[in-house]
Amino acid sequence: MLRLERRSSTNPGLQVVISILTVIMALVVVGILLFFFGVNPFQAYKEMFLWPFGNIYGFSDTLSKSVPITLAALGLIFPFQMRVWNIGAEGQFLMGAFGASLAALYLFPNLENRFLMILLVSVFGVIFGSFWAAIPGLMKAYLRADEIVSTIMLNYVALLWIDYLVYGPWKDPQGYNFPMTKFFPDAAWLPNFGQTQVHTGVLALPVAAFFVYYLTRVSPWGLKIKVIGDNEKTAWYTGINVNRELFVAMLLSGALAGLGGALHMMGAQHRLQHGFSAGYGYTAIIVAWLGKLNPWAVLIVGVLFTGLLVGNEQLQIFFGIPISLIFVFQGVVLLGLLAGEIIGRYRLVIVRKGVNADA
Amino acid sequence: MLDGIVSVATAAVRSGTPLLYATLGELLTERSGVLNIGLEGIMLMGAITGFAVVYATGNLLLAVIMALLMGALFGALHAFFSVTLRVNQVVTGLAIAMLGKGLSGFWGKSYIGVVASRFEKLPIPLLKDIPILGPVFFNHDVLVYASYFLVIFLWFFIYKTSPGLTLRAVGETPEAADAKGINVFAHRYFYTIVGGALTAMGGAYLSLAYASMWIENMTAERGWIAVALVVLSTWDPLKAILFSYLFGGIDALQFYLQVSGTTVSAHILKMMPYLATVIAVVFTSRERIRKLINAPTALGIPFSREEEVT
Repeated sequence: MLRLERRSSTNPGLQVVISILTVIMALVVVGILLFFFGVNPFQAYKEMFLWPFGNIYGFSDTLSKSVPITLAALGLIFPFQMRVWNIGAEGQFLMGAFGASLAALYLFPNLENRFLMILLVSVFGVIFGSFWAAIPGLMKAYLRADEIVSTIMLNYVALLWIDYLVYGPWKDPQGYNFPMTKFFPDAAWLPNFGQTQVHTGVLALPVAAFFVYYLTRVSPWGLKIKVIGDNEKTAWYTGINVNRELFVAMLLSGALAGLGGALHMMGAQHRLQHGFSAGYGYTAIIVAWLGKLNPWAVLIVGVLFTGLLVGNEQLQIFFGIPISLIFVFQGVVLLGLLAGEIIGRYRLVIVRKGVNADA
Repeated sequence: MLDGIVSVATAAVRSGTPLLYATLGELLTERSGVLNIGLEGIMLMGAITGFAVVYATGNLLLAVIMALLMGALFGALHAFFSVTLRVNQVVTGLAIAMLGKGLSGFWGKSYIGVVASRFEKLPIPLLKDIPILGPVFFNHDVLVYASYFLVIFLWFFIYKTSPGLTLRAVGETPEAADAKGINVFAHRYFYTIVGGALTAMGGAYLSLAYASMWIENMTAERGWIAVALVVLSTWDPLKAILFSYLFGGIDALQFYLQVSGTTVSAHILKMMPYLATVIAVVFTSRERIRKLINAPTALGIPFSREEEVT
């Protein structure tokens, strides 16, 4: 029979191979579905990879969309390292976008200074993103309320809140009754790089990655959350205030997701609109896992994985393939990663009957 | 006024039924110590499977059976990851939810806008004539009646039978159960598979009776609500029916309020079940309370005979 045996050490090289194999496996599964849909998978994949990485418009789209996904994923590193399952990046991103819109459209609509405007709008995104994470954070830290359920529920509350605004009080009177607000004032538009379609919000990615790297790997606080993640009881015994650090980790997570919301608004969206997030916050969870909670890996994976999603969208336009294929792809990647984690930690050994397994 | 209450209550039972099936399924799974938050995906798979089968064959019974089997398959997938591989059950559940959402959307593409046969209303003679209770409980389709029996059966099974005791032991103290010679792995597999099947039934109710058509994402987040309803009902089938109808009632009420021309926005009304869940989770979360409400102690913790999984 087959038995799982624990490996004596984990091999970082093997982890990378597993991550790559996982994505390939997901591509094979989706390829089979494409085949049944009557599309040549090879032709489809050529299109899917060339568009986001080999075409200037596609690549611009990839970089722009990678901003909210990667920022949220970077933020998730904090709670995930403590084994706190913040599934709420989507809601925190949405509330960040709400905060940004509140600032740009209603609080400072006449502010001319672009620098000050961008700063203020970003700050409001951060505030509302962390506010939305603070609720489940406080509930988890001080009331032991299950963060999975509360963060998921708050995602839907945030989604409905945005819908309430764009269908109701914030609807653009000149918008032909479409559920969206009016455009942000000019000062609240992030400039693009030269003549490209890539907005300067991309610059926040390496900065945020360094920020997360510093906090988790260099600062003493990083050691604390590592201890908490390894064993909560040990953390308490060594005098770490687990509740407080947990709350701080949630706040930081929400802050980055909220910043992503603000930058996405100022750089790409320029107005609040019904259904403007294609589940970026959920994708961020996968990106954080694919990057093994390493900020630099998450930075790279964030851009690459966004490319796959943008390529997937292109398939929809090109071949009329249902957009739901993206979810299949993401689900298979996630399952592959989970299985790969086991392959990294254990190896499969064949145990013969009558032979001592420990021998 | 009374007519209004009766019609909201009747609608509460109808829209509470898909919640009830999913809640009962997850309740069983969690009782065995496995957490499956992927209900939304499994419900969607149940909905499209049921609809595709009835569209092709016109056979409603076959549609229900196939939906159950599809749910069992997804339950088995979850069990493989959380029981055999012992990986993070939250992330596995999330992956299941995504997979189900994606596959159902992809498969259902060609079924949008077509109609098929459905479970028709089957009022129960005599019972349906009881004032108030008659129209509320006994003027539905056969799947609603089946759910009544399922609630009673599960309550009896969990609290009054020997296999029910074993189920609780597996979820509470797997080490002790293992020491007594109970196969913890097999039990967790079994109840995760059965839980998946019942969850899919909740989805199938939507496509075969409630709406009797396929719409992409037609479960509309009911799967996530059901995850919370299990906690709210403290893993008790009798409370599960109560809370399912309560949440079904909120659903029905907001529809009713809108029709009656309320000034409150539909979006704000729709927030109610989610906010109610968040508040309820707080009340059921304290360690003392969790003991009091019988939360399975080993919920979400993989069982292994070797040393502690780190």
